Amino acid sequence: MKETSINLPLNDDIIKELKAGDKVLLNGIVYTGRDAAHKRMIEDLKTKGQLPVDLKGQTIYYVGPCPAKPGDVIGSAGPTTSGRMDKYAPVLLDLGLKGMIGKGKRDHKVIQAMMTNKAVYFGAIGGAGALLKESIKSCEVIAYEDLGPEAIMKLVVEDFPVTVIIDSKGNNLYETEYLKYQKK
Amino acid sequence: MKVINTDKIKKAIYDAILEINCILSSDVSTCINEGLRVEESDIGRDILEKILENNAIAKSKRIPICQDTGMVVIFAEIGQYVSIEGDSITKVINDAVREAYRDGYFRKSVVSDPIERINTGDNTPAVIYYDIKEGSDIKIQLTAKGFGSENMSALKMLKPSDGIEGVIEFVKDTVYNAGPNACPPMFVGVGIGGTMDKCAQLSKKALLRDMDSANEKLIYSQLESQLMELLNKAGIGPMGLGGTTTVLGVNIETYPTHIAGLPVAVNICCHVNRHKTIVIKGE
Repeated sequence: MKETSINLPLNDDIIKELKAGDKVLLNGIVYTGRDAAHKRMIEDLKTKGQLPVDLKGQTIYYVGPCPAKPGDVIGSAGPTTSGRMDKYAPVLLDLGLKGMIGKGKRDHKVIQAMMTNKAVYFGAIGGAGALLKESIKSCEVIAYEDLGPEAIMKLVVEDFPVTVIIDSKGNNLYETEYLKYQKK
Repeated sequence: MKVINTDKIKKAIYDAILEINCILSSDVSTCINEGLRVEESDIGRDILEKILENNAIAKSKRIPICQDTGMVVIFAEIGQYVSIEGDSITKVINDAVREAYRDGYFRKSVVSDPIERINTGDNTPAVIYYDIKEGSDIKIQLTAKGFGSENMSALKMLKPSDGIEGVIEFVKDTVYNAGPNACPPMFVGVGIGGTMDKCAQLSKKALLRDMDSANEKLIYSQLESQLMELLNKAGIGPMGLGGTTTVLGVNIETYPTHIAGLPVAVNICCHVNRHKTIVIKGE
């Protein structure tokens, strides 16, 4: 299948064209964030009224990378299970988050918020952190440094390979593809 | 009485941790290659090829196969005719973990308390099970268990009347529920019997056995094959994007149980099943 290259940040015109099943190569900036960073972002919203980084139009990659070996920009960096961020994702989507990269199912509240706010959920290959690392060209910690691997980092990616799992219309590969190979 | 110094134990565990995070054991690689051979979906085959490419990169560059370099779980069986000399064995095991995760540039994924959740910063402590056995050596089985799949594991106290059909149903439900979250294709460790805690431990131990081996007892080796065939009808496939390779291997371990019970535990592991067995001989 053909892979389409797209530049980040995403916008409504790009998102409109992305359909569940599309293979995409992402280029540009993504922000890392997983359990602890999400928890703290929601706390910051409550107590300070703002996030440490403006996520409007941005894409979050659910990842906690390995430390970089000397001479490398980052260690292995594959996706973590997205469902653990379901509790927090709708709030961020309402604030303008446009893309999420991870693996695994999302709950209906997240999918609803994606449809309302025109956002997309990409899947990367879980357990392929050594391969995915090769598409990450720079890495800078920008918030919550004390969280170590769970800090928020700004990554610049080139041809980062993902598949559209859930598109902005709510089409969901996890609901459709297994049925094609299910046997009695 | 034979003697084993803890320096030797520490070195063996340190080396094993550095190895298993970057290089898959041959039984696991064999299962992935077999998955690629039989997978019917184009997308599924593409993903399996990328997984093999990933594993080759990790091996050649000596970087972790997956960023989740896991929590170390160790089963240590100590021969009763061995005298352990040197430091505290639990201390040296955790020292080995700390040094290997530092020197390997592996992710530190352990928090000091399940509710307070402060990262210990060195991936310690390991989960350690000690057992005493006959003999004058120490057998150590270890894994660096990833949690995407650990989170999809489950345990159920079945009734004796549920029988083997009940076991099959529960394993099936657990794997179907794990779906794309557990980074399929996955390995399935099943513990049957004992008590609640014992069967959970057996399910973990099942994942540490060679994944291309069979249970010694015929009814369980047949059940392993039967489950493998059944689970691959789920259609979940590599990464949950559809296919005929949902499960790469099923291992079962059992223990006698109570007249009133049939405990079953299913420990799910992603395709990165990092494990190694070491035997240290007393001198």
